[in-house]
Amino acid sequence: MERSTLQAINAARAARRAAAVVTDLSDGASQVFLESASFPPEWDSLIVEALRSGRAGVATVEGRSLFVNVHLPPPRIVAIGAVHISQALAELAAVAGFDMTIIDPRTAFATVERFGAVELLAEWPEDILPSRPLDRYTALAALTHDPKIDDYPIRAALEADCFYVGALGSRKTHAARVERLGQAGVATDAIGRIKAPIGLDIGAASPAEIAVAILAEIIEALRRRDPTGGVGGTR
Amino acid sequence: MSKEPNILEPLEIAETWCSDGRKVALATVIETWGSAPRPIGSHLVIDEEGNFQGSVSGGCVEGAVIAEAVEIIESGTPKVLEFGVADETAWRVGLSCGGRIRVYVERIDG
Repeated sequence: MERSTLQAINAARAARRAAAVVTDLSDGASQVFLESASFPPEWDSLIVEALRSGRAGVATVEGRSLFVNVHLPPPRIVAIGAVHISQALAELAAVAGFDMTIIDPRTAFATVERFGAVELLAEWPEDILPSRPLDRYTALAALTHDPKIDDYPIRAALEADCFYVGALGSRKTHAARVERLGQAGVATDAIGRIKAPIGLDIGAASPAEIAVAILAEIIEALRRRDPTGGVGGTR
Repeated sequence: MSKEPNILEPLEIAETWCSDGRKVALATVIETWGSAPRPIGSHLVIDEEGNFQGSVSGGCVEGAVIAEAVEIIESGTPKVLEFGVADETAWRVGLSCGGRIRVYVERIDG
């Protein structure tokens, strides 16, 4: 593989664009193709299918043995709320291989002192998300308890088809949330996709344990989704 | 934190190593049969001294892949390696899970 090919793959990942790499196994020549570009006619169906399904594999085309690898955008977590749980989640997310961004308009919460190097945006979600859109490879965790802050990004995440949408709060809090979202016109099946109370039920008590439960639920959502369905694909 | 290479992303590590002037090979799982431990497309990145990151088998055959990769860094000729549970003639290592995998190993050039 040429170093320029490697750089092109990593650039596509950084730009959150899906890419396919076709390698001719007889001579090692490889080429990178980005989603929504035009592909060589003889490889077109192969590349389109790989990008759609997210599945890599070997195929024989016109007598040549080709390996098609697929690189879907790396999964990331957007947490709403610079709270104690997000401090723990930021550390765990990095270990598990997720990029993470924290959004909280409350500047007293969103301090570098509390969050170190993790990306921290002290803005209202409705101000920042239009320029940094959520996508199908993003997990959203709404952690403020405050409808003024949480409701907008939850709706945005459902519209963007995020692979995971979780919201902190008791069953009672969530029932009120369901009521609000319904009145705002969000479809019932979309509301049903919200994981609440957030996190796998492992009896988590401390903020760090709740972060583990949330991360585990995010990983489950990522790894068990239908690769042929509307949501993302396998990686 | 977000500027550091993701520990689970060997391709970013490969690029970093290239930038550092290290000679680098990339191993990729291209086919699997049975209960292979790592999916198709999984990467292992190796440098000329045998340092590595990533995984093609969950630890079963990495040693053999790394040894081959160090030679491929010298020769520049890519190779397809095959590992299976009963394949003792070609390789002394195998997959205890009973699966079979093919791994493509190539040098990063340029």
